[in-house]
Amino acid sequence: MTDTQTIEIEVLRYDPEKDSEPHFQTFKVPFTHDTSVLQGLQYIKDYLDGSLTFRWSCRMAICGSCGKMVNGKPELSCHTFLRDYYPGKVRIEPLNHFPVVRDLVIDQTDFFEKKLPSIKPYVVPKETKPLSAGTYVQSPEQFQQYYKYSQCINCLLCYAACPQYGLKTEFTGPAALALLHRYNADSRDRGWDERSEVLNAEEGVWGCTLVGYCSEVCPKDVDPARAINQNKVNSTMDYFGVRKLLMPKGGD
Amino acid sequence: MARVKTYVRPMQGWWRKNPFFVRYMIREASSVFLAIYAVILLVGLLRLSQGEAAYDAWRDALTSPVSILFHWLALLTVGYHAYTWWMVSPKTAPDLYIAGRPIPELLIAGGGLLGTIGASILVYAIVRWM
Repeated sequence: MTDTQTIEIEVLRYDPEKDSEPHFQTFKVPFTHDTSVLQGLQYIKDYLDGSLTFRWSCRMAICGSCGKMVNGKPELSCHTFLRDYYPGKVRIEPLNHFPVVRDLVIDQTDFFEKKLPSIKPYVVPKETKPLSAGTYVQSPEQFQQYYKYSQCINCLLCYAACPQYGLKTEFTGPAALALLHRYNADSRDRGWDERSEVLNAEEGVWGCTLVGYCSEVCPKDVDPARAINQNKVNSTMDYFGVRKLLMPKGGD
Repeated sequence: MARVKTYVRPMQGWWRKNPFFVRYMIREASSVFLAIYAVILLVGLLRLSQGEAAYDAWRDALTSPVSILFHWLALLTVGYHAYTWWMVSPKTAPDLYIAGRPIPELLIAGGGLLGTIGASILVYAIVRWM
């Protein structure tokens, strides 16, 4: 399959120094069977308009840098192929719900500097053991409790899929709350109390109305909607002070 | 926050831009019909406590064309609500495992849905023939 065809790509353009609001610009881009949407953008930058600005890095769906709205759906642009949109057009916009810095680049500060640090994304042990005490032992069953939620690559597609975050950016949001659960569900972790203020808050799990689109668009099948909504039960038990009584091993 | 000028896109009409969100909004709106239906039933209970004449008047009111139209609409929307409710139910369940494997979401949703259909048929049969 080396036949080259041409597809129209509509890209959102925004230059903060010149534009008061964004507009769309259309480019005709040649593609073959294996041309990704990201490669389409790279073609534009290399051959048609060098000023087009967008983030990318690994090209293999693991770095989480190249998320864009592709025809209105949050996608990793390296993981999405132009052939699937032909003969229609492809409309590429920056990820929804984030401020646009320039063209397809969003301001990620809210997630990386506020939301993510707030959930303490690291194992909080019961007590610090000396190295001589050896490693923490974990069974495959214990590992399975959090493995799915640890697959998050911080690509922010789930935030672009979440209307609650778009309407109210105070909401801690899908990825941060899924990672909160990832650490709480880890048998080595004893950080529930330290994270409970974020989890129990109106902006925590209760800010979610179970639209469920976050889990639909997640490229790593993390299932943030499930991480959040099963914790509404934990949060309720915590509120009534019975979580430690009802959970196995005292809810630790 | 970034020290450069940024553009924040408006959220107006957000739910009309994606069929997934349209279905979500219908799911949420369908609960209004459920609430009205519950109120009608509660009024019936109240009328029952007020004696036979009051209860018969309430039953008569239910046979009006407006009432019948509403009940058909309510049946339709509540049916949709029940379907969507079970479809999202796996998201609210803790992670459960059978023999070390996660229980498939379809089993949780399908089980609930079948249970609802079964219970509805049972209730209908009891009301109709007993």
